[in-house]
Amino acid sequence: MEGDKYISSTHNKNHHHDQHHHHDHHHAHHQEKHSCHHESNTFSSSSIHLNTSHQTQEGEKHENDEQLYRKLMKKWWFAGILSVPIILVSYPDFFPIIRNLLPMGSSQLWFSRLLMAVAALIVMIYSGSQFFIGAWEGLKQRSANMHTLIAIGISAAWIYSVVALLWPDLFPDPSMAEVYYDVSTVVTALVVLGMAMEEKAKGKSSEAIKRLIGLQPKTARVLKDGVETEIPVSQIQIGDIVVVRPGEKIPVDGIILDGSSAVDESMLTGESLPVQKVQGDEVFGGTMNKTGSFTFQVTKSPDDTALSNIINMVKQAQGSRIPVQRIVDKVSAIFTPSVIILAIIGYLIWFNFGPSPSSMYALIVLVTTLIIACPCALGMATPMSLTTGIGKGAENGILIRSGEALQIAQKLTTIVLDKTGTITMGKPSLTDVIPVGSLKEKKLIYFAATLEQGSEHPLAGAILEAAKEKNILLGKTENFEAIPGHGVQGWIDDHHVLFGNLKLMKKGNIATEAYIQHAERLADEGKTPMFLAIDGKPEGVISVADTVKQDSLEAITAMKNIGLEVIMVTGDNERTARAIAKKVGITNVISDVLPQNKAEIVRKLQAAGKKVAMVGDGINDAPALTQADIGMAIGTGTDVAIEASDITLVKGSLKSVVQAIQISRATMRNVYQNLIGAFIYNALGIPIALGALYPLTGSLLSPLVAAAAMAFSSVTVVANANRLKRFKPKEV
Amino acid sequence: MDMTPIIVNVSGLLLIVFVAWFFWGPKKGGYKATFTPSGYQEAEIIVKGGYTPHIVVVKKGKPVKFQFIRKEENSCSEMVVFPEFNKSAVLPVGEKVTVEFLPKESGEYSFQCQMGMYRGKVVVQD
Repeated sequence: MEGDKYISSTHNKNHHHDQHHHHDHHHAHHQEKHSCHHESNTFSSSSIHLNTSHQTQEGEKHENDEQLYRKLMKKWWFAGILSVPIILVSYPDFFPIIRNLLPMGSSQLWFSRLLMAVAALIVMIYSGSQFFIGAWEGLKQRSANMHTLIAIGISAAWIYSVVALLWPDLFPDPSMAEVYYDVSTVVTALVVLGMAMEEKAKGKSSEAIKRLIGLQPKTARVLKDGVETEIPVSQIQIGDIVVVRPGEKIPVDGIILDGSSAVDESMLTGESLPVQKVQGDEVFGGTMNKTGSFTFQVTKSPDDTALSNIINMVKQAQGSRIPVQRIVDKVSAIFTPSVIILAIIGYLIWFNFGPSPSSMYALIVLVTTLIIACPCALGMATPMSLTTGIGKGAENGILIRSGEALQIAQKLTTIVLDKTGTITMGKPSLTDVIPVGSLKEKKLIYFAATLEQGSEHPLAGAILEAAKEKNILLGKTENFEAIPGHGVQGWIDDHHVLFGNLKLMKKGNIATEAYIQHAERLADEGKTPMFLAIDGKPEGVISVADTVKQDSLEAITAMKNIGLEVIMVTGDNERTARAIAKKVGITNVISDVLPQNKAEIVRKLQAAGKKVAMVGDGINDAPALTQADIGMAIGTGTDVAIEASDITLVKGSLKSVVQAIQISRATMRNVYQNLIGAFIYNALGIPIALGALYPLTGSLLSPLVAAAAMAFSSVTVVANANRLKRFKPKEV
Repeated sequence: MDMTPIIVNVSGLLLIVFVAWFFWGPKKGGYKATFTPSGYQEAEIIVKGGYTPHIVVVKKGKPVKFQFIRKEENSCSEMVVFPEFNKSAVLPVGEKVTVEFLPKESGEYSFQCQMGMYRGKVVVQD
């Protein structure tokens, strides 16, 4: 996308305050940002945000929302209470007492109608001010909005009524000189109530982001010259040393200098078990320290932590557009003026051809049409659902980059899975230990691991790990030697130990018959067998393999169950690839693929008309991720900066792929429900308001009912979008 | 003869023509972004019932800095979206919010509120 990388947004305090509310306590932060902003002439590809700025902005927004809600509720109560007497006087036929007190044509009635005119005016000025202000501001721009419609509607009713009251002679028929103060007041009351409810519900749709921001601690204890000082997180600098005690949140990202602890990183990785952290391990801001105390050195500025990046990404995504909105935009651009024109046409038709008193019918048609039309339902439908859907993803460790990704994800037909690191753990681990001589398993691991201590071979790590897990204490190796392409040898406890492949065994004149049968079976299973010989005798076969993640099989089964075609690609040879594919139930395997050819495979599938998601680790697979309709990077929340991906799966589990698709489907279903609902509402409401049902029912739709319907329709849209919040991706 | 129907009909029809012209008719050209010493093309945009100015003309290939100031509580305008750039910014009431971008190609790019009720245009010229 053109210029995509060059857009960034920062928030500065407006120095000429023209608002009545002050946020002096936030001022300091904004000052700081202001100055740092002016110094930067370069374009950064990411938004400039301080850690605390999330909190500040969100806090302010929440405050604004609350204030607006309370203000609207006050306006509603005022209009609502004044509406009661106005309705009583407006419908004397329903209230005989009123009819007797204020008989038709009496001066008392005239006088009370004058009072109603004044009361309605006050309601319009106090409770309805935003309609007139909004309409006026729009008119200055030569644009029209919902406020324009309501403002014209209620003032038309009021002006007509005042003319009817003061100059009834202007009307050819006295029966036309009716008053409609109830329309002005009740419509104002109902629409204001609808707006208040909307405001309340809208706040809820952004709860996910509030929760994320809530994860950020506000202060940190920094060690300076041996003294602990508590400072705001925003003042932490790279290189600072931070002290963390049990039960405290880790304020920013860094590396442990001293101490150890178990850390709950579930908020970033979705991994529910606490992770053991020791000196040299990375810790992340927003995660929870459980058991121990430690100090760590800050490696990232507070605005660049993993959590900060996640928050920024979710915010940007929530503000993005779903492609389907382009159609909506076209409609809403012409909607409001069209409604005004339709209302005038309706007025003229009823005025010319309507039953007597025609000017009254015409007025009702005009006012009702203006009021029932609801551009809001149309406009709000998608942004509300999008915000909720993206938030839902974030809650489940699925970071969806844009509305576009969200829309496409539901249409996927094919999932291409990278093998290493996606289906499998991505690093070898010990799988089999088979004694072929006199030694037991544990002893075999002891010799192999002790020997491998000095080796830098990647497979050595797997064996050392296994020894650690089984609590095997290692010995000492003397005369260690690594023979490239063969293996290692050395002396342990006065025994000569050989550990390596068949070539090494042959070289050491070891009888290989005992190994062969195991070796072939293990290789068929996609494992790498290695052989251990002690003092010239074969002792055991130890195999390592990149193991399949625990939940890969379930996840792939779930993908197939929702109708997706699953394909595995890998650079491994066919035998290994087939072995892994069989374990997870994949039949469609493409092996011996060079990394750069993965994108080509995706392109071919797309050419065959498939909507392809590529799931990979985001680094080696970047070209294929970019080529795919949806690139899903599987990683942890700590490297969200995976630029090539449309969706980042922070939990590192393939189950998230299915959940992402479920969220996409649920969100888009919600969007379509809202759009279709809003469309049907307007498509039915406007003709009814214009009097389409008059030939059948013999009456027109009351403007009061129209107001209730309008308020209800926008509340319904908001409520439906909020329903998404309760959506839980099915456990797969 | 009663003149009322004629007056009503004529003024009704005139009103329709006026509404169509007023909202859809050609609107006057835009505001030219001013160059600052630091090399940015800047424009301050007031958000109140719409964007003022709502058309901003900028030069291609030079960085642009828009400063939005929202001067209304109406929650419709709390977010400004640049759909072509897939970017957005929240506009807290009364605060100056800066959006920067580099127009690489000439053409017309829109910016709007999230609901699409408020609309503005960036005209990028060679």
